[in-house]
Parts: sequence; C-alpha cells; structure tokens
Amino acid sequence: MTLGTRRKVEWLIERALFACAAGSVLVTAGIIGVLVFETYEFFREVPIRGFLFGTVWTPLFYDAQFGVLPLVSGTILVSLIAMLVAMPTGLLSAIYLSEYAPSRVRRVVKPVLEVLAGVPTVVFGYFALLFVTPLLQRVFPDLALFNALSPGLVMGIMILPLVSSLSEDALHAVPNGLREGAYALGATKMQAALRVVVPAALSGISASFILAMSRAIGETMIVAIAAGQQPRLTANPMNSVETMTAYIVQVSMGDTPAGSIAFRTIFAVGMLLFLMTFALNLVSDWLRRRFREQYS
Amino acid sequence: MAGDRLLQTMSILVLTLSLVALTALLYDIWSDGWSRLDWAFLTSMPSRRASSAGIYPAILGSLYVLLVTATFALPLGIGAAVYLEEYGGGGRIARLIEINIANLAGVPSIIYGLLGLGIFVRAFGWGPSILSGGATLGLLALPVVILSTREALRTVPMSAREGSYALGATKWQTIWHQVLPSALPGILTGLILAMSRAIGETAPLITIGALAYIDFTPSGVMSPFTVLPIQVYNWVSKPQVAFAENAAAGIIVLLVLLLSMNAVAIVLRDRFHKARV
Amino acid sequence: MTTLLRPLSTMTSGTARPATPVKIDVQGMNFYYGAKQALSDITIAIHANLVTAFIGPSGCGKSTFLRTLNRMNHIIPGTRVEGRVHIDGQDIYAASTDVVGLRRRVGMVFQKSNPFPKSIFENIAYGLRTNGLTKNRGEMEGRIEESLKAAAIWDEVKDRLTESALMLSGGQQQRLCIARALAIQPEILLMDEPASALDPIATQRIEELIYQLKASYTIVIVTHNMQQAARVSDNTAFFWLGRLVESGATEQIFTSPTEKLTEDYVTGRFG
Repeated sequence: MTLGTRRKVEWLIERALFACAAGSVLVTAGIIGVLVFETYEFFREVPIRGFLFGTVWTPLFYDAQFGVLPLVSGTILVSLIAMLVAMPTGLLSAIYLSEYAPSRVRRVVKPVLEVLAGVPTVVFGYFALLFVTPLLQRVFPDLALFNALSPGLVMGIMILPLVSSLSEDALHAVPNGLREGAYALGATKMQAALRVVVPAALSGISASFILAMSRAIGETMIVAIAAGQQPRLTANPMNSVETMTAYIVQVSMGDTPAGSIAFRTIFAVGMLLFLMTFALNLVSDWLRRRFREQYS
Repeated sequence: MAGDRLLQTMSILVLTLSLVALTALLYDIWSDGWSRLDWAFLTSMPSRRASSAGIYPAILGSLYVLLVTATFALPLGIGAAVYLEEYGGGGRIARLIEINIANLAGVPSIIYGLLGLGIFVRAFGWGPSILSGGATLGLLALPVVILSTREALRTVPMSAREGSYALGATKWQTIWHQVLPSALPGILTGLILAMSRAIGETAPLITIGALAYIDFTPSGVMSPFTVLPIQVYNWVSKPQVAFAENAAAGIIVLLVLLLSMNAVAIVLRDRFHKARV
Repeated sequence: MTTLLRPLSTMTSGTARPATPVKIDVQGMNFYYGAKQALSDITIAIHANLVTAFIGPSGCGKSTFLRTLNRMNHIIPGTRVEGRVHIDGQDIYAASTDVVGLRRRVGMVFQKSNPFPKSIFENIAYGLRTNGLTKNRGEMEGRIEESLKAAAIWDEVKDRLTESALMLSGGQQQRLCIARALAIQPEILLMDEPASALDPIATQRIEELIYQLKASYTIVIVTHNMQQAARVSDNTAFFWLGRLVESGATEQIFTSPTEKLTEDYVTGRFG
C-alpha cells in the first residue's frame, strides 16, 4: 500500500467510526423530532392549557376530553409509593453494604440485587397482580383488584437495587479521613455513618433518589398490568389509576387508527413523559457532578 | 452501641426482605407455571383455549427480534465506542456525543417505542414487523453497548497500543489486531447483558404495534410478530386462572433464556479476568 | 558488575569519538502537554552507530524527549512540538512525513516489556505483516529466526515458537521485544529504561546485546541508572527539569562535566 492509499483508508475508517458515534445523536434527534411533530399536530386541535390543566381524560370516548392531570397524578402516586419503599430500604442497605457488611455478606447480597435488577418488568407485573394484590386484599378487604398500592410496592422493590448501588457508590466516595476524624472524637460506627458519612454523601445520595424517581415514572409494564386503566384524579392508593405509560400501552394494544386525534394523544403524553424524566435526569446528573467535584 | 445494633438489624432485615421478595416471586411463578410446562407448550401455537395454547411463535419472535437487534446495535455500538475511546480524544464534538449517550441511557424504554413507531413503522413504512421491532430495541440497547464496550476498551493497557505503533502499525491496524482482540471477552460480556435486557423488553414493542396474538410462524423480517414478554402480558391480562398459568409458564421460559444468556456472560467474564492476570 | 565495565574502558580513550555522521539532529525543540511545557529548547546531535544515553532524575523529560524521536507522543492527545527534529536531514515533524514509515525506521523498546498476548512467533511476525515486509512464509520464518538470533534469544525459544510470549521470563520478554523491533530492520533503536524491571543477570544480557547491536544501529537509551549509562554508552546527555543541561562523550560527562549541576548529579549529590 502506498502512503496515499494507506492514509485514505485510515481516514475512511475514522470517518465511518465517527458516523457510528454521531448516529447516537441522530437517535436523540429522532426522538425529539417524532415527539415534537406529533405533539404539534395534536395541539393544533387541542388547546395546550386544556391538556396540561384539564382534569378529565377521556380521549377514546365519543365526547373526548384531553385533560392529562389524571394520568400525571396516577403516575406520580405510583412512583411516590415506589420511592417510599425504595428510598429508606435502598439507603439502609447502602449504608450497611458500605459501612458494616463483611465481604462474605457482600458476596451474597450484591448478586441478589443484580438478579433483582435484571428481572424483566413484565414479570414484576405478574407478581404485583397475581401475588401481591391478593396478599394485600387479605389485609385491606376494600382494595380494588387494580390499584396503585400493589404496583407501587413492587416497583419499589424493582428500583431498590438502583438506589442501593448508586448510594453505595456515593458513600464509598467519602474519604476515610472523615470517618477517622469522627472516630477520633469518640463517635460510634453508627454516629460516624449517620452524622458524618451520610451528610457528606448527601448530594450523591439525592442524585440516586432522583434517578430512581425518573426510572419509576418511565416504568411501564408493572403499572400496565396491575394498576388498571381508569384515569382518575385521586390520591387514594386503594383505587385503580392509570399512569401515562399505561395509557400509551392501552392505546397501542387497541385499534386506534393512525393519524387520528386519539392516536396522537400517545405522542403528546410521551412528550410530557420525556420532558419529566429528562428534567429529573438533568437534576440527578447535576447533583452527581457537584458531589464528584467535592471529593476529587 | 445499641444504635449500631439497631441499624445493623434493620439493614439485615431490609436485605432479607428483598431476598424474600425475590424468592417469593420465583416460587410464585414456579408453582403457578410448572404444571403447564411441557413439550407441547413450547411447540404449539397460541389458542383461545388456555389448555392447548403454546408459546412457539413467541419464542421464535423473540429470537428473530434479538437477531435484528444485535445486527443494529453491535456494529453501531462498537463503532461508536471505538471512536470515542480511541479517536475522539476528548474533543468538543466527542464530549457532546458522550453527554448525548448518557442522556439516551436515561430515556424510558416506552419513548423508544414511540420513536420506532414514528420512524420505522410509519416514516420508513416497515410496518409493525420484526425489522421495526429489532431496530427499535437496537436503538434502545445502543447506549448500553457503547458504555460497556468503552469500559472493555479501557482495560486494554496503553503499552499494548504503544508496542504496536512502535512497529510501524497504523492506528486502525493497532485497534484491529491488538486492542479489539484483547477487549473482546469484555465487549462480548457487555453485549450479552445488553441483549438479555432487550429480550425482556415489552413496552416498546407493544408501542410499535407488535401483535399479541400470532398463530403462525414468522416468515421473515417483514413479518408481523409477537415476543415472549408480550405473550405473557397478553395472558396476564385475561381474567381466567388457566391463562395466568400459561403466563407463569411463559415467564419460566423467559427467565431460563435470560439465565442462560447471563451464565454465558459470567463464564466469559471469568475467562477474561484469568487472561488479564 | 566490574566485568561489564571492561569493554568500554578499553575501547574508548579520552574524549575522542569515532567520527560517525549525525543521524538525529534536534534544534531548539519545545514540547508541551496541553498548556504545560515539558521540554524547553533542546538542541542535540545524535551520531550514527553509537550508543547515546539520556540520564537525569525521574520527571526530567528524558523519556518524553525519547518519545518525540519516533513521534510516539503523537498518540497522546493535546501534545505539541516546536522546533526542528531532523533524521538524516529529513524533518520528521513536517506535514508530509509518514509517521508510520518513520516508526518503521525508528524502532522502540519500552520500560516495561510489552509482548502481545500471542505466540512468540506471532509477536515477531506482527511487524512484518502489518508492514508487508515479507513475501512468503519461508521468508518470514527466515526473518523471524534472524531477529531472534540478533536479540540473543533464539537458543532459548527456538523449540517453543508457538507458545505464548507471556510464558517467558521478564528478561526474555524484553529481549523478545527487542527482536520484534529488529525484525522490521529499523535504522535507529530507542530504548526507554529497557532493563529497569530486570534482575542483574538479565540486565547484563541486555547490556551485552546493546553493545553488539550498535555496529548496525544507532541506539538511544534512557536510563536512571548512571552505572548503566557509563557501561553501555559512548555519549551521554543529562536532562534536568525539562532542559538539556549538558551532553558530550560519556567519560567527559562522568569525569569532568562543565556544568556544576551535572557534576552534582553524576556524583550522586541529588537525584
């Protein structure tokens, strides 16, 4: 190969690899493009205020109304229940794994958490509907078959590994000097952990919480299976609710004709979902970066 | 001291609880589904009658979709990772691409379904086909493949690259003959994990319009299809207990598939570690 | 150790050097890692078929300078070179320079031996193949045997060419890396502390090898070991804080340096 051809080949390969990398930007552009285009078409027929602040969501009915708040409230209700489970348990297990656990225990617990994180969400959905809900109904007889509580609890178990491993990373990053400083002042292990290490890692821990919240909001199959399909503005976890994601699944499973206004609702709801998770991811990322700067 | 004891006890309780939850989940599914598991279940078409329904088209559909997913995600993902790790050199564009990939990793999977619906199914006119489904999951898996491949490339010591350059090898010769072979087991591990995540995905495929009821074997990439998780979802949504048993049996098949993929990944990872030391 | 000093002290006398042509000519070179300047105003002439040693405390820039001679610095992003580096009168930093061709002419051996995780045979064959230097298998096998012999390792490995190079001892690995570099027939051999990770016996073998190789190659060796520099080199250059303090015949540098700094260093007052 002459110098010229060799340089040309190397140049071509580099361009091709660059195209692969740049392709990932196209994915983002595609997501935003599709959502913006369909949402724009949607808002030509439905006023944006009515969508964002309306309290009745009946797009598939004859007398269609497009108030998205019931879907948002359903999403937030289930996600909050999940967070109520995942935050304390995830943080506690992170503290334990980082500050207390002997390596023997870690070797058992970490893989269990990994397996838990790898279970397909449709399996968690099955578990919520056919195992957890009947169990809960024995305790709360007036619990509906489809409700917010059971998928919320199961979703909490699902995101527990995420909270635990990210919080553990944050606790690990706290320099040992801080712990030793606390011990030198006569602190017990728990006092050092709770009063020094956790506060020092707080922004990292918050980042993990917020990322978990974002994951919960975007989670689909558990709620599509176990929460029901009734969009209703309620804070009562005993009721059936519909989340944004479950609504998208409901329409996709049906035979709504493409191009109709009802069909476009899934893109409008998708856009809202995308913006909510994106905002949470940004905040989480910002917190994580701030945390990293603190200890490097 | 008492506080220590309390904190530890609570932690162990929490971890035990998650272990119990996992065990309960697996036990519940096994006890519901094992009686339905037989050869006929694996090789039959679905049916309106629960007792004669099988999962054959769903298994085939999952495998076909996975193949298309891999065809999309592997070259793109590895190419992008090689560019960012070996060529990008921390430039401004490379930095931008990195941020973009990190953001993509946080996008909910159902949004990828809307992307696939808008682009592959409608704009490209591929319809709700295996091709559309595989491409959609390919994009979904892309960030995972890129991140894990970069991780694997980073484990290749600089000295291997230097040794190659010093012998008059070009950059691409160095990457192709030295860097990629050394990183291969790590790359494969990441790929398998990404694929095992893709095979469990349900929501994006429902969104692009994969059918829940398929009573024929897919004939090619343009064929309509269903996959295991969608078949499971379909059965879970039916009120009859018999269909719930089918769903549990379908989950067992799905989990066995996942477990065997993960086992391969673990074996590869172990061999990788041995080769390094 | 004393035996090793013998050949040099009998071979060379006074400061007179055999008059060989200048192979590498560096004038006013500055080198930067990003904004940080690592080398300032280096000017030196390196002669053909002699061994030139770079000495100095760690971090003084001697390795960095060595790596500019085959543009190995090039693979680290954000580096920059100013000034002139000529090899045989050719500017190696000119835009038209073929970096790959340059590295074929200027071979390199690293501080930590870095054989590829392949067979002994494949390690040597790699450079031949990527550069398309041999036409057939027979020719390649000939070249491989030749370079293994030149690196004084043939007798130890001739019956196990298909075994992994990683099975060799540290000293053998380093000689394999030298053989690998020799196989593509460079004109210059750069050695970056080639014996720093080796035991005394392996070190001695490498030093003997360097002595044999200088008949055919121009050799530049970086070392932090002053005895080694005295044993193997004809000329010595002393680096300190990114500057070239002094260079000249090895005896002169070690016995009557002109700079106080050099004297302090070679007599062990710091470093």
